[in-house]
Amino acid sequence: MRSRQLRARDMLRGDLEGEELERYVEERVVMTNFDKMLGWARSNSIFPLTFGLACCAIEGIPMAAVTARYDIARFGAEAGRASPRQADLIILSGRVSIKMAPIIRRLYDQMLEPKWAISMGACSSSGGMFSNYAVVQGAEKFMPIDVHVPGCPPRPEAVLYGFTKLQRKIQGNPDQGWRARYGAHGTEEWARGGPRGEPSAEAAKAYLAARELIVSA
Amino acid sequence: MPDAPGLELIRGEIEQDHPGAVLDTGFEHGCASLAIDPAHVLGVLGWLRDAPGQGYRFLSSLHAADYLPAEPRFAVHYELLNRDRVERIRVKALLADPGEDSLPEIDSCVELFPTAEFQEREAYDFFGIVFNGHPDLTRILLPEDYVGWPQRRDFPVGGEPVTFTYNERNYG
Repeated sequence: MRSRQLRARDMLRGDLEGEELERYVEERVVMTNFDKMLGWARSNSIFPLTFGLACCAIEGIPMAAVTARYDIARFGAEAGRASPRQADLIILSGRVSIKMAPIIRRLYDQMLEPKWAISMGACSSSGGMFSNYAVVQGAEKFMPIDVHVPGCPPRPEAVLYGFTKLQRKIQGNPDQGWRARYGAHGTEEWARGGPRGEPSAEAAKAYLAARELIVSA
Repeated sequence: MPDAPGLELIRGEIEQDHPGAVLDTGFEHGCASLAIDPAHVLGVLGWLRDAPGQGYRFLSSLHAADYLPAEPRFAVHYELLNRDRVERIRVKALLADPGEDSLPEIDSCVELFPTAEFQEREAYDFFGIVFNGHPDLTRILLPEDYVGWPQRRDFPVGGEPVTFTYNERNYG
């Protein structure tokens, strides 16, 4: 450390020359392109909307975001904004009732681009246990969601993991390789359409194409 | 709390003023209840509120119930409280189902108990029971454009099936 400080002093004085100067520059300058730098800056300065829907807002967000034990400030997102016009991340924390859905959509529309959404917990992702007349069966029916975090409620670690996934996505490097890491190819769940227990022909084709892409990468 | 004989006394006194109003009495779980004809609901509630020696001046709850397949199908429950003696009495107004295209109707008791206003709106919202004479009978909790009366027993539960592989294999 001390020698680096001395070299920095020498550089500022103009004493470094030739090969030493080149090595100094190599050590300290990172070459990148503007998009990558912008993504890096955005992903590490997310302003989440101060917003809660139901029990996940009680369990999860204070645990994952505010408390020192988990501390979302490590990822640069501790500054909650109370206005959607200043926020770029909305965390849907809890069940979405049919009366609340238009309001959430309006909040999302009021956020400035670029903006992201995390669906936290089973209820906002799929309706969860509230399979009834009053709850929207998944917030994706009325707004785009970037990351779904499962759980009822999710562990704080899961929320932070979902958040780091979102950071990867913002940086243009979405991590989709978990099936390869866990040897989990062939465990996909399929929507209706194909014969019993099998994907439809289009889904199977799309799956093979995507798998080729991922495995070869 | 009026005990079972006390409840019969109340029934007898109501019968003097409003003949045919009380259909039945019940005494379950330490709580007295009067089953009444909905046509006499204001008379009975007003009597319980104002008659000397009664004084059930506080409506602690108003709610509806659907007893399908029993007949009459609907009921509006009025939980009355005498705050001096800390005595409660329950009044059930039994409402028949008028059929597919019309809604059961009963007189509103907002004039007697102003607190009933929101609670009658809630009963209307979830059970489709119309309270005649209510100042503003609109939906209170559900969206204003909602169609149906979701707390009725014949209302479908809703939701949608989850397409897990297991469900697909066994029920798909």
